[in-house]
Amino acid sequence: MSKTVVVGMSGGVDSSVCAYLLKEQGYNVIGVTMQIWRPENVCDIADNGGCCGLSAVDDARRVAETIDIPYYVMDFRSEFQKWVIDHFAAQYVKGLTPNPCIECNRHVKWEALLQKARDIGADYLATGHYARISQLENGRYSISASKTAAKDQTYALYALTQDQLAHTLLPIGEYEKTDVRKIAEEAGLPVAHKKDSQEICFVPDGDYASFIEKEDGVTVPGPGDFVTPSGEFIARHKGITHYTIGQRRGLGVPAGERIYVTDIDPASGKVTLGSNDDLMTSVVSADDIRWMGLEGIAPGERVRVKAKIRYNHPGETGYLESAGEGLVKVTFDKPVRAAAPGQALVFYDEAGTYIYGGGTIIKT
Amino acid sequence: MIYLDNAATTKIEEPAFNAMLPFLKEEYGNASAVYELARRSKKAIFEARKNAASLIGAMPSEIFFTSGGTESDNWALCGAYETFRKKNTESSGHIITTAIEHHAILHTAQYLESLGVSVTYLKPDHEGLITAAQVTEAIRPDTFLVSVMTANNEIGTIEPVCEIADAVRGIRKDILIHTDAVQAFGQINLQGIAKHADLLSASSHKLGGPKGVGILFIRDGIKFSPFMRGGMQESGRRAGTENVAGIAGFGEACKLAFAGIDSKISAEILLRDRLIAKLSDITDVIINGPYNAGDYLKRLPGNVSVCIKGIEGESALIMLDREGICASAGSACATGAMEPSHVLKAIGRSDDEAKGSLRFTLSHHNTMEEIDKAAGIIAEIVEKLRNGKNF
Repeated sequence: MSKTVVVGMSGGVDSSVCAYLLKEQGYNVIGVTMQIWRPENVCDIADNGGCCGLSAVDDARRVAETIDIPYYVMDFRSEFQKWVIDHFAAQYVKGLTPNPCIECNRHVKWEALLQKARDIGADYLATGHYARISQLENGRYSISASKTAAKDQTYALYALTQDQLAHTLLPIGEYEKTDVRKIAEEAGLPVAHKKDSQEICFVPDGDYASFIEKEDGVTVPGPGDFVTPSGEFIARHKGITHYTIGQRRGLGVPAGERIYVTDIDPASGKVTLGSNDDLMTSVVSADDIRWMGLEGIAPGERVRVKAKIRYNHPGETGYLESAGEGLVKVTFDKPVRAAAPGQALVFYDEAGTYIYGGGTIIKT
Repeated sequence: MIYLDNAATTKIEEPAFNAMLPFLKEEYGNASAVYELARRSKKAIFEARKNAASLIGAMPSEIFFTSGGTESDNWALCGAYETFRKKNTESSGHIITTAIEHHAILHTAQYLESLGVSVTYLKPDHEGLITAAQVTEAIRPDTFLVSVMTANNEIGTIEPVCEIADAVRGIRKDILIHTDAVQAFGQINLQGIAKHADLLSASSHKLGGPKGVGILFIRDGIKFSPFMRGGMQESGRRAGTENVAGIAGFGEACKLAFAGIDSKISAEILLRDRLIAKLSDITDVIINGPYNAGDYLKRLPGNVSVCIKGIEGESALIMLDREGICASAGSACATGAMEPSHVLKAIGRSDDEAKGSLRFTLSHHNTMEEIDKAAGIIAEIVEKLRNGKNF
């Protein structure tokens, strides 16, 4: 009997082609769109002209009809709120720079959705990510880069467990982005020419600070001081949630040279502004480590790696070693710029082919 | 396929379908015109009006065709508000309704709240029942409308609407009494209700008629604002060229329901009680709403609503769909995702219990074999889900 796979369908071209390819490969495919938008009341609908991401659902449903697979919308609003939005706001308030896609993948897609997929009898969960899964010589599963070098989505998948990877299919990783569009066109999928999504899905305008202010139960820190690296007062700022490490624009501080946010201290509310050199660092430490291709690292062991400190970071080589219980550090061959606490440190083999593991960058 | 979602919609009855056909083809006349062709359309509408009126003991002149239950509910609330505001420019007024109404009522009430109206949402008891005393206690000097549903769409509770109407009228004569009878119309005996309520909403596709047609009953002699303005159709109260085919099909469905209501009720009760008995054999199952075997005075004959502990209704529905069984959980959003049911919350179910809710709504067209088969599949699915992993 053919295996059953639940495909997470966002209504975009990648996940649509993912569903199409798996169906062609003979899987019993079930399309699912996760409803992650919060309940809206009737008056909001009048103001916003729509409800619950209807257009995404419409697109996904039309694709499901085109390729003739059963399609369902499942409610993940409470999971999304808890694991992604609440976490996002809490991290910002702490002066950190979270990556919500990582949390969404980890908790919403590969915990909640995978569980629902198992509940309804599926063997696998599949998504339209640009990444591949392979089993290494040591028997462990790992995520490796997709054929499309320019669209590497491995970084946000580092937190998946071995069991989750064993029940995941990522067919899009075998294709170039241009081929994916071509396949969509040839298959007559109605989303073949849809634009790729950008930015964080729940803050489409990119204004994180106002988004966080509107969150229930979040006390947004008020204005504080901009200071120099040596602690001298420069000016007042709008509050730490308005800034991230490495930010240059929107500081509202006139300065002769280019200045950047180099440090955020939630306790004192101070935001340090410094030069580009102040952003450079050779050592990046992380906690909350998840191991993928490697089973772990022994105290004193040093492993050559290529590591990324943010999505879209090309990666830099260096040494990975343990930095105490539950902590690791990477000493880079060349300094990296603007490693922001809260972002992920994801380490790959030295060639950057597959993921060894990753963790959350901490302040050192 | 086993269809157990008749509260969502029903299969169209053959005679209703046949009654529509002439008006989709050769009988295309606009009922407002003067020639013979148009007169036949007009006559079909008149017949349908009589048939719809007969189900609630109303006069044909009190029946106004709409596009369905949702429009009727919107009209009832907004019309009552406008009528009130014409006389009372100072006050925005007050509406009494319940926490377990359909969204067509709740969202319209919320809209009116945004215009300044106060709304009281009465909480039902653990079986979903609202009492007349609750309603009368909530009356304020500025109350202009009471809207309590005839029967609940999710848990099947039949509300004492006539009693509520009489109690309110005993205190104040100028408060309009509306009831959303979408789930009850043609399902239970509503012969006397037009003597008690001022306004009543019903829909065609819940009783074997086509979709896109409904009625608002407006008691003769009451002042009530129109909803759609335009031509003089529906006595100028609901303008727009009539959906003649839809109305003709609806009328035929009403006629069938009127003639067969008693046998339909007994058939559905047998099926319902059988399914409830079988589902009760599964451990940790709560029956939602009032339930006594054979009883239809408190619960809709075709309604089975359960909360099954330890499962998610959403997953169960998908597995049922895979087995060809059509059922539902809470009310569905436009996206098709399941909302946590406001009705189950209102009768005191916890969030976890509400998540495990399933609703089966039967029709007299279902067979005992279907019910037994469905019950067996439901039990298997519950076991699978409770055991967790399907790997």
